[in-house]
Order: sequence, then C-alpha cells, then structure tokens
Amino acid sequence: MDHSHEAAHIAAHIGAYLKVGIGLLILTGVTVALSYVDFGSRANNIIVGMIVATFKASLVAAIFMHLKGEKMTIWKFLIFTGIFAAGLFFLTYLAHSDPISGTSHSSHS
Amino acid sequence: MFSRILKYLPFFSDAEVPYTVTARPDTGLYSAKLGIWLFLASEVMLFGGLFSAYIFLRIGAEPGYWPSGLLNVPVGTANTAVLIASSVTVVLAWAALKMRQLAKYKFYMAITILCGVLFLAVKLSYEWPAKFNHFGIFVRQSAASKYEEFLGNKHLSETGQAPRWEISGHLLDAPKGSPYAEQAHHNAEHFAHETHRHDAVTEADDDYVIQLDPVNADPDSKENDRPHFLPRPLSSKIAVIKAADVESASTFAPRHSTYFATYFLITGLHGLHVLGGVLVFLYLWLPIKGGTKLYQTNPEHLANRVEVAGLFWHFVDLVWIFVFPIFYLL
Repeated sequence: MDHSHEAAHIAAHIGAYLKVGIGLLILTGVTVALSYVDFGSRANNIIVGMIVATFKASLVAAIFMHLKGEKMTIWKFLIFTGIFAAGLFFLTYLAHSDPISGTSHSSHS
Repeated sequence: MFSRILKYLPFFSDAEVPYTVTARPDTGLYSAKLGIWLFLASEVMLFGGLFSAYIFLRIGAEPGYWPSGLLNVPVGTANTAVLIASSVTVVLAWAALKMRQLAKYKFYMAITILCGVLFLAVKLSYEWPAKFNHFGIFVRQSAASKYEEFLGNKHLSETGQAPRWEISGHLLDAPKGSPYAEQAHHNAEHFAHETHRHDAVTEADDDYVIQLDPVNADPDSKENDRPHFLPRPLSSKIAVIKAADVESASTFAPRHSTYFATYFLITGLHGLHVLGGVLVFLYLWLPIKGGTKLYQTNPEHLANRVEVAGLFWHFVDLVWIFVFPIFYLL
C-alpha cells in the first residue's frame, strides 16, 4: 500500500474514532447509572457491570487498537494470551476453593 | 576514542534498525508492532493475576469485612472520562502523522500528555490523600453489641444484609502512644472550631473518638443501605470506642483491609503505567532526535513509534475500564 492510499484510508476512519470515543463516554455514564439499579443481588450487579465493561473494552481493542482487520499473527498471540490468563485465574480459584481441607480459616473473632 | 566506544551502544550507533517501517515478510508487520503486542500479552498476565487475586479475595471475604461505597464516584467517573478522551486524542495524533499533518500531531499529542498528567494529579493530590485522612475501626465481633447504635446490625439482619463491623469517619482522639495521635489532634481542633463542642477529646487514655460517617450516625436508616453517588459530609455525631473492643484501627491505607490493600496496589501499579506512558509520549512530542525531529527524516518511522506507544496507552485505558467499576461502583 503506498502512502497516499494509506492516508486516505486513515482519514476515512477519523469519524469512527470520534464516534467510538463519544460512545465510550456515554457507556461510562451508563455503567455508573446501572450500578445504582437493584438487579436482585450484588453478584447480579457485578455481572451487569462486567458485561458493560467488556463491551467498552472490545470497542477500544477493535477500533482504537486496530484489532479489527489486524494480521493473523497478532490474533494468534492474543488467543494464547487468553488461554494462559484463564489458566492463571484457575490457579487463583484453587486458592479460594481450597482443595486441601483445613487450611482456610477465619481471622476474625 | 570515547565516541568510538559510544557507537557500540544503542541510540548512539549509526547502524540502521531493520523493519522499523517496512513490514517483515514473514510476519507481515513492522517489528515494533509485534514487540508491543507481545509486551501487552505479558501485561495481561500481570494485571490478570492481580484481578484474579482481587476476585477471590472478595468472594472469600467474610461478610462485613469487604467495604463498598468508600470511594468518590464523581471524581472517579471524571478521571475515567479523562483517560477515554486521551485514548481518542492519541489515535488522532497517530492519524495526523500518517496524513503528514505535523501541527495537528503536536496538538493532539500535547492534549494526550495533559490528560495523563491530569489523571495522575487527581489521583495523587486528591483521591489518595482523602483516604489517608479517613479512619476506620473494626470492632471485635464479641464486643459489637455494645456499639449497636453505630453499627445497626439488628436492622441489617432483619433486611437480609451483611453485618457491619466497622465504625468510620474522622479520628478525633486516639489511645496514648497511637501513631495516629497527630492526625487526631489536628482533626479535634478542626472539630472544635466547626462545632464549638469540646467533647471530642476524652479524659481516658485508652479509647478512640470518631466523628462519624453518615452510615454510622444513622445505621438503621434505609438511606444508608446503599452507597450514594454524591459523597456526603461527615455527621457531627461522635462515637467513643474502647481500645479493648477494637480488632483493628487504621486510616484508609493499604493496611486497613484487603479491600484497600488491593485498591492501592492495582491503582498504584496502573498509575505507574500511566506515568510511563506520559513519559514516552513526552519523548515523542519534544523536538528531539527520537521525537518530533524524526518527522523531518523519516515521518513513517515516527508514526509507527506513536502507534506502538498508543497501543500501550489503550491497554492502560482498558485496564482502567475494568478497575473503575469493580472498585468504585460494585
């Protein structure tokens, strides 16, 4: 791709950058507002909050970080990253589920 | 002779680094882009590890020992908006460079840097100090019934909510030898000046006196069951707590609870990343050899540097997009 072709290609995306930026600001307001709505339990509120956050994060990743239309090499890195990160979360989960019994106790009296 | 040795060092050598602009045939990318994404993958592991620690510490916390509603939501929301705006301006700065618009690049990059500095200034000059001026006392469960008028556990159990073991507010008096004596003295003077009352400091040497947060001043009120958007001022009510009834007492510092320990660790590490990004952007913005001066000889190379630094910055914004709701809102 020669330079002038690329420049025009990028100029066409400026509108998208601004729209996504404004969208993210609106979604931030939505996140705050939803946190004051009672969804039944605290856990439900957390799930709703995380869904909105994940959507915001995917907008940043796809549009600002140019992941939409990025080379396969980068996507392969990210898929492996996801697998390893899931493994990391699983390890921490083991600390919580405490499969070796008798080692978890309350520290309060 | 010195300059001959220097030439072996990066930055001072004349050697040309390959694939700073042209794509490598095997990867299809210029090398820095590959490098930054690999680095971001490692950052995912770093913040992911800390997030998973937070999640399981929170799930595993005993009811009543994981606070909420203690952080300033309007300020946190504003800081979030600042970071989002800076993410927009950095990508506009990159686009300007790709379209060979130098003045626009300098303008957008300057705004990005200022947003980053503003974020840090708000955090370090207001948010964190405000926490260090607030005090919390966890009462022993065995002694909690004595302080029921400040804890409201009867109301909480009747309405199916978690118990409350903490009394918080501003420290007015501390036991003899407490490291918080100076803070208490300062607050007590302020309290006397504001309310014209002089019951803040007690005769006894072994108690804490707290000017109460609204939630402890009226714990049975439904108003206080959920956090409020706008921060509310301290009440003028005070509580006297005997040192023997105290499980732990501290300012809202990392030592206060696992909640604050994780809050300061994650926001502190995130803040260091913001600082690092600001410094890199400053380097790329200043009229120096590796920065704006590079535009004259190789503008595409500068554009790629800005893109790569921008990717890091977007990742930092991404982390904050998750940090903000889980600590400030949920």
